[in-house]
Amino acid sequence: MPETMRRIVIENSDEISKKWLEEVAKKKNEDYTSTISEELYESTNREFVNVIFASINKQQNLKVLTEFSDRLINLGWPLSYITDGLQTFRRVTIDFILNQSEKVDSDYLSRILNVVDDWVEPIIKQLVREYSGSWEHTVSLQRLALQELSAPLIPVMENITIMPLIGTIDTERAKLIMENLLDGVIKNNAEVVLIDITGVPVVDTMVAHHIIQAAEAVRLIGATCILVGIRPEIAQTIVNLGIDLSKFPTKSSLRKGFNTALKLTNRDIVSLSDDKDQDISNLLDSLK
Amino acid sequence: MKAQSSVQINKEWDIVGARQMGREKAKELGFGSVDQARIATAISELARNIYLYAQRGRIHVEVINDLNKKGLKIIAQDEGPGIADISKVMEDGYSTSGGLGAGLPGVKRLMDEFDILSDKEKGTTISAIKWVRS
Repeated sequence: MPETMRRIVIENSDEISKKWLEEVAKKKNEDYTSTISEELYESTNREFVNVIFASINKQQNLKVLTEFSDRLINLGWPLSYITDGLQTFRRVTIDFILNQSEKVDSDYLSRILNVVDDWVEPIIKQLVREYSGSWEHTVSLQRLALQELSAPLIPVMENITIMPLIGTIDTERAKLIMENLLDGVIKNNAEVVLIDITGVPVVDTMVAHHIIQAAEAVRLIGATCILVGIRPEIAQTIVNLGIDLSKFPTKSSLRKGFNTALKLTNRDIVSLSDDKDQDISNLLDSLK
Repeated sequence: MKAQSSVQINKEWDIVGARQMGREKAKELGFGSVDQARIATAISELARNIYLYAQRGRIHVEVINDLNKKGLKIIAQDEGPGIADISKVMEDGYSTSGGLGAGLPGVKRLMDEFDILSDKEKGTTISAIKWVRS
């Protein structure tokens, strides 16, 4: 019975494909794929239906399926394209077989449904697995990338180190910040550490709490922590929240903080070009 | 006219989603950047409280657009253990989790109106409103 049906479907694959392509083409305008060019959409549809038939014909055809799904994933097509397409295929095929049959009773109908399900199910499973696998892979890579970005420490000059923070700080990141900060202070022999929070969107009590703890820990190992990059709106929310940041110096910008750090390490910025200009004007004056 | 949207809080990163939603709504309503930051921070505090003490709950953000005034209402709802002593948690510096203890009194100061309902069996609902200054 499944074999006869398979034969019917394979023999009439042209007609079924035609119907399927018509149905799927209708879908294009109403949703996600409306931005994809007409030619690409049609050629992908044709390829998709070929993949489906190849899979029905030979049962096991993982390589073709994998190649097809890989390409779709790379192009960024939604998973719903595949599930919708297979759903449509199921409907079209069942309709077609029913039209071909003379006598239809409920027993026959349920057998048709089973057989078609057996064809479509493995394809759906395989493609969904490919898709979710690729998502999981992407998510884990991004998590790794995020972790690398979490808490960088830049030794800008002797005894002065900067930690720029960008993005949301969660518990895990707060831990990393603390560890990197303390490690870095010891390793770079830093006297002053600047924590720049220009890129932190929201400073709530949890974030403030972690920063205070980190600053306190830095103080314990004998260095000074300066909090810089406090935007005006952040300053106001900190005041509203009633957070006490008076235990360590804070500055509005990294530049001001850096100047303070220089002072703390008994250094100053001296402009060389001004001196030169002065020298030249002195020279010119003497020539007069 | 009222428009409401909500975010489920189950994990720490959901706090970011709730905050983003609040900030977008605040921007649409025409809040200035300082008030946007206040609203985002208040949502952050409330969402974190849900995550820390009740594990799961919801943050609703409601746009109030009446004839004479516009504003944003935040509702934080959970079915957690409830707050044993409300007057105590509204004191500055009181915390059961080793934090700064500035969360709830801070939210009250960040927003214009603040209301808290807590029941040991039903959980906690906190609502806070910020009005657009005209």
